[in-house]
Amino acid sequence: MWIAYKTIVIKEILRFVRIWVQTIVPPVITTSLYLLIFGGLMGSRIGQMQGIEYIDFIVPGIILMTVIMQSYANTVSSFFMTKYNNSFEELLVSTTPNSIILLGFVSGGIARGFCVGLAVTFTISFFVEIKAFSLLIITVTFFLTSIMFALAGFINAVFARTFDDISIIPNFVLLPLTYLSGMFYSIDILPSFWRALSAFNPIYYMMDAFRLGFLGIGSVELWKAFLVPISMIIVLTLVANALLNRGVSIKTE
Amino acid sequence: MRKAVNVKIYLKRKTLICYYCYHDSFINTYIKDNMTLALSTDYLAKTYSNNLEALKGINLSVEQGDFFALLGSNGAGKTTAIGIISGLLKSTSGEVEINGLNQKNHSNEVKKMVGLMPQEFNFNPHEPNIEILINQAGYFGIPRKEAKIQAEVLLKKMELWDRRFDVAQSLSGGMKRRLMLARALIHKPKILILDEPTAGVDVEIRQSMWKYLTQLNNEGMTIILTTHYLEEAESLCRNIAILNNGEIVEQSNMKKLLARAKRQVIIIDTIEKISGQIEISDCDCEVIDENTLQVSQGEGVSISDVVGSLSEQNIQISHLRSSQNRLEALFLSLTT
Repeated sequence: MWIAYKTIVIKEILRFVRIWVQTIVPPVITTSLYLLIFGGLMGSRIGQMQGIEYIDFIVPGIILMTVIMQSYANTVSSFFMTKYNNSFEELLVSTTPNSIILLGFVSGGIARGFCVGLAVTFTISFFVEIKAFSLLIITVTFFLTSIMFALAGFINAVFARTFDDISIIPNFVLLPLTYLSGMFYSIDILPSFWRALSAFNPIYYMMDAFRLGFLGIGSVELWKAFLVPISMIIVLTLVANALLNRGVSIKTE
Repeated sequence: MRKAVNVKIYLKRKTLICYYCYHDSFINTYIKDNMTLALSTDYLAKTYSNNLEALKGINLSVEQGDFFALLGSNGAGKTTAIGIISGLLKSTSGEVEINGLNQKNHSNEVKKMVGLMPQEFNFNPHEPNIEILINQAGYFGIPRKEAKIQAEVLLKKMELWDRRFDVAQSLSGGMKRRLMLARALIHKPKILILDEPTAGVDVEIRQSMWKYLTQLNNEGMTIILTTHYLEEAESLCRNIAILNNGEIVEQSNMKKLLARAKRQVIIIDTIEKISGQIEISDCDCEVIDENTLQVSQGEGVSISDVVGSLSEQNIQISHLRSSQNRLEALFLSLTT
C-alpha cells in the first residue's frame, strides 16, 4: 500500500512539475499583479486595515487563495484527465485500494498547493517583508485548507463529464467565496447582515486563521477556525471514498 | 490431446486405471472436478443501467496454460466479459474464479494474477513510456527499483527501449499496442487477457507479437485472446469460445471445432487454360475463368483427392488457396 501511495504521489508531483509553465508561473505573475495594484498603487491610499499596513494585510489572503486554487486545480484536473484518457483503468485493475487512490491524489493536491504557495511567498518577499506570528498556525491552516480543497476538487472531477465541468466550480464558486472571505478587507468593516452571512463561508475561517498565523490578528477563535475545515474534511473524505467505492463515473454501471 | 495428457499424468500419480479417460464428456467433467482452472465463470451476467443485457449468464472454463480464444462479433459481450474478469466492471450476477480463487472474496490475489491488455489505449499520453510501466508496477506494490529492472526487460523485448523517455502519444499505433502489452506483463501475471491485441498493427509486428505470445504460453502463462483476425485465433489458440448476443454459442477445442467445418472451398489456378467441364467426385466444381477453378470439397474428400482427380484430367495446378478461412465460415454459421 505504501508503494502504491508513493507511486501516485510521485506521479502527481511529476505531472505538475513537468508542466510548470502552466502550473507554477501563472500564480506567481498573478500574485505580483495583485501586490502591485492592490498593495502598491491602491494600498497607500487605503492606509491601514485592523491596524496593519494594507499591503501587509492582504499578503496572507493572497497566499491562501493560491493554496486553495492550486490544491483544487491539481486534483480536479489530474483525476478528470485519468477519467478522460481512461488511464484510471490502470488503477482499477491493480491492487491499490480506493482509500490509497484518494490519499494519493489529495497528497498531490497538497504538494502543488505547497510548491506554488512557496513560490508565491518567495515572490511576495520581494515586495514586502513577510512576518510570521506563528509558524504552527500557518502550517496547520495550510494543511487543513489544502486537504479540504484537494478533496473538493476530487469530488468535482468524479462528477465532471466535460472540461467545462472542471472550471465551473473554481470560477463561479471558489473565486467569489475567496474574495468574500475577507481576503482584501476585514469582515469587521462589513454591515451586520453581510458579516453574519460571511459566517457561512468556510474560507472565511481559514483566511482568519492564516492571517492570525502571519500577522497575529484574527476575528474568530482559533478552535472555531480549525473546526470548520476539519468538519468539512471529514464529510468530504466520506463522500469521496463512497463515490470511489461505488465506482461512480469510473465503472460503467 | 492436452487434456488427455493431463488426466493421464494425474491418473498415473493416483495409480488409477480408467478405460474411459478419452471420452470427451468424462474428460471435461474430470478436469472440472479435479484440476484447478485458470478461469471459470459461473452464470456470469451483466445488465447495464440502460437495460442492455450484455452477458446472459455465461459459463466459461479456461485451463491453466491454455491459449484460449474468446470470439464474437461486435457487441457480443467479449469486452464486458473481459472487463468483469479483470475488475474493470461489476457483474450483475454470477461468479468468477481465477486459479480457484473467487474474485469477490480474493480481489487482490485475483488482480495480481491477471494482466490486461485492453482494446482501447488507456494510458496517459503525456507520460514517458518507462514511467507508465514503473507506475503500473507501483500500483501492484512492486518497489520502484525492481519495477525499473522489469520495465527495462519488457521495453527491450518490445523494441521500445530507445523510446523509453518519449511520451506515449509520440508512439505509432503498433508501438502503443506493444507498450500496453508490456504494461500488462509488468507485474508478472499468470493469466494474460488480450483484447484485440493486434488491431491496427502491421504484419511484421503482428508476427513478432504472435511469436512472443506463443513463447509466453509455452512458459506456462495462460492467455485469453479476443480478436477479429480469425486466422490469428486459429493459429494460436487451442480452445475457443464463441459469444453471440451475450451467450456462449460454442465452447470447444479448436481442432474439433475446425473438423466440423465439413466443406472447404478452395481456389485453384491452373497452368493451362481449362477447357470443358471439370468433375471431381463428391465435390462441386465451378470454372471462374479460363485459368481459375473453384472447388467446394465434399465431406471426406482430401486435398490430395482433388489434386489427384485434376491430374487425371490432365490439369496441372500452379497455385492453390483456400477461399475462406474455415474458422471464419464456422463463426459466421454460429453467429448469424
